[in-house]
Amino acid sequence: MFSLNELATEGQRNQFPNFKPGDHIKVFVKIIEGDKEREQPFEGDVISIRGSRESRSFTVRKISSGVGVERIFPFNSPKITKIELLKEGSVRRAKLYYLRNLSGKAAKIKSKVK
Amino acid sequence: MSGLLGKKLGMSSVYNEAGNRVPVTAIEVGPCRVIRVKSVEKDGYSSLQLGFGVVKEKKVRKPELGYYKKHNLDLYAHLKEFRFPTDITYKVGDEIKADFFTEGELIKVRGTSKGKGFQGVMRRHGFGGVGGTTHGQSDRLRAPGSIGASSYPSRVFKGQKMAGRTGGESVTVSNLRVMKIFPDKNIILVKGAVPGAVNSIVQLLKKRVG
Repeated sequence: MFSLNELATEGQRNQFPNFKPGDHIKVFVKIIEGDKEREQPFEGDVISIRGSRESRSFTVRKISSGVGVERIFPFNSPKITKIELLKEGSVRRAKLYYLRNLSGKAAKIKSKVK
Repeated sequence: MSGLLGKKLGMSSVYNEAGNRVPVTAIEVGPCRVIRVKSVEKDGYSSLQLGFGVVKEKKVRKPELGYYKKHNLDLYAHLKEFRFPTDITYKVGDEIKADFFTEGELIKVRGTSKGKGFQGVMRRHGFGGVGGTTHGQSDRLRAPGSIGASSYPSRVFKGQKMAGRTGGESVTVSNLRVMKIFPDKNIILVKGAVPGAVNSIVQLLKKRVG
C-alpha cells in the first residue's frame, strides 16, 4: 500500500538546525528576479512552529525599521536554501504571539543561560 | 472519452517548479485490464471495457465468471466501458497503467460525492433563507420562502427546489492537472480536490480530442 507520508519525505528535507520557538534564526530564501536567482536572508525570532509532516511550518518575526514583519515558511519549501541558528532563547510558551503586543525592550527574548 | 478507473487515496501537497506549495489528490490508477474490445465493424462504435480491482471467485456473478474463465482473465470487482478512438491497438487481457497519462496533462475526474443525508434548501440549493433575525421574526431563518403562486396554478411546479437527500451523486470535475506520476506504484497526483470519499472508485477521463 502506498502511504501519503511517503510524499512528505520525498521533498528533500534539508538538514536544518533543530530550532525552537524563541530562537533567533537566519533563513536564506531563494528568490528569482527575471532570469536571475539570488539568496535573500530573513533574520528574526521564531514565534511559532505548527503543523505536522508535509504541512509543518514555522513563523519568523522581526522588526524592520520600526514595523513588525512576519514570514511563514513551510519546512519542506524548496525555496529555503539554508537556516542558521544564531541565538537560543529562553521562553515559557510554544507560541509567542504575545510579542506582537509588545514593543521595544519588552519585546526582547532573553537568551538561554547555558 | 477514453479513461481509466482508479481509487482515491487521499490528499497531500507537493511543491511545483516555482517552489510554491500545491494541493494534490493521490489516485491509484489501475492497473486496468482490458476485458472486452468493441469495434466499429462489430458494435457500431469503438470502446474498451476495463476491469479494476482483483477479487475472489465468490464475489463475482456467475455469467461474468464464465466470461473471465473463457478468456483466462483475473476476476474484477469494477467494470466500466470507456469510449476509445477507432484506432485501438489494445487487445483483451492487456494492462493499462498510470503512464496512460502524461505529467502536465489536464484530465477530468468523475466520482460519487460524499452523502450528506437529508439537507435543507440552504445547504442543498444555496438559498438565502428568509428575512432577518429581528422585528419579531422567530423561526423562518432557514426556510425556503414561497414555493409558488396561489389560485393559478393551484399546484407546485415540478422541479421546485426543496429539501431532501443531498450528495451521493455522480460529480465530474474538469481540467485537473496531472502533477506527478509514479509509474512503478501506479499512482498519479492530480492538482486540487476530487469528488468522493477516500478509497472510493473514480473515473479518470482524458479530455476529448478536437
